Amino acid sequence: MTAEIIVVTSGKGGVGKTTTSASLATGLAMAGKKVAVIDFDVGLRNLDLIMGCERRVVYDFVNVVHGEATLKQSLIKDKRYENLFVLAASQTRDKDALTQEGVEKVLDSLSEEGFDYVICDSPAGIEKGAHLAMYFADKAVVVVNPEVSSVRDSDRILGLLASKTRRAERGEGQVTQHLLLTRYNPARVAIGEMLSVTDVEDILGIKVVGVIPESENVLTASNNGVPVIVDTASPAGQAYSDTVARILGEERPLRFIDVPKKGFLQRVFGG
Amino acid sequence: MGILDFLKRRPEPTATVARERLRIIVAQERSSRGAPDYLPMMRNELLEVIKKYVHVDIEAININLERDSGHEILELSVTLPDGKAKSDATNATTAN
Ligand SMILES: Nc1ncnc2c1ncn2[C@@H]1O[C@H](COP(=O)(O)OP(=O)(O)OP(=O)(O)O)[C@@H](O)[C@H]1O
Ligand SMILES: [Mg+2]
Repeated sequence: MTAEIIVVTSGKGGVGKTTTSASLATGLAMAGKKVAVIDFDVGLRNLDLIMGCERRVVYDFVNVVHGEATLKQSLIKDKRYENLFVLAASQTRDKDALTQEGVEKVLDSLSEEGFDYVICDSPAGIEKGAHLAMYFADKAVVVVNPEVSSVRDSDRILGLLASKTRRAERGEGQVTQHLLLTRYNPARVAIGEMLSVTDVEDILGIKVVGVIPESENVLTASNNGVPVIVDTASPAGQAYSDTVARILGEERPLRFIDVPKKGFLQRVFGG
Repeated sequence: MGILDFLKRRPEPTATVARERLRIIVAQERSSRGAPDYLPMMRNELLEVIKKYVHVDIEAININLERDSGHEILELSVTLPDGKAKSDATNATTAN
């Protein structure tokens, strides 16, 4: 069995790739899959913080690629799910620390170790790091915000996925593209201030695999180092659960895309 | 505008503007994807030439590259303004 490789990418920075990678990896682990999530953002390690394992990083991705540590030594076991592992990014400033052959070796080893999924958290941009994160992917989750520059960049990324990946180069069929709309604010959409789900779908010509609402629970979750999907009471957590289920082939209706009818207490205290 | 108006002022519904702008730019970028690198330069130079005869903005020039079975068609369209050609087109070279 080979592991399925899923890249989480966007082009534009700060749209929610790391938030999504953490929740997607955790969600797949919650579904019983053996999952590794890799931070490709060399020099700007962040996934470890969002996963809550920052103090347990000893060796990182670049150490493995350079043979300074074994994969086993470098994979950090999640404290909640024993079938979930994190491979941290290196804090080196050397942009060439990752090589295509090195990345391929690590991904192959993960397959041999019996992993079902490898989630690649891409850095922003379309430079080397982003290219390496997407190159070996079977599936892509393209994270987009309802905002002009993010939408335009995601179209650029969709184009690169269709041409600059191993699958494309070898003619092995398309990388499966999943568009994930995050930081969605139904109230602002309702008064015409924000692009709607259908606007984004129409412009990019692809359906969304999920819509994650803008939610204060995301900040709380990152403060605590707990992926928001673990917070099953939060709208963002539930929206991520739905998304993971859809990626696993389940059909679920979109939620949290309409203005919630707030009760009195919610109106006073927010929610 | 009174202070109350200012406080009550809501932002304009701008999502439609965003949608239309994105439709156009995404379509344009898709059509030039994988196209030769000289296209943007050529577009600028064509603009210079066209400007000698008519007042147009770069937005009025559309370059489209279409591929089908072995053929590549480079399509250029210029949306002309109402005033049509410059009356003194021959002097235009010295005008800039
Ligand atoms: N659904 C959401 N609701 C509210 N805040 C969010 C949501 N998703 C992400 N954020 C916030 O947006 C910020 C950027 O998120 P994140 O770090 O996941 O983006 P990124 O795409 O990985 O950024 P970079 O390009 O720098 O790697 C964070 O502060 C995060 O808490
Ligand atoms: Mg990130």
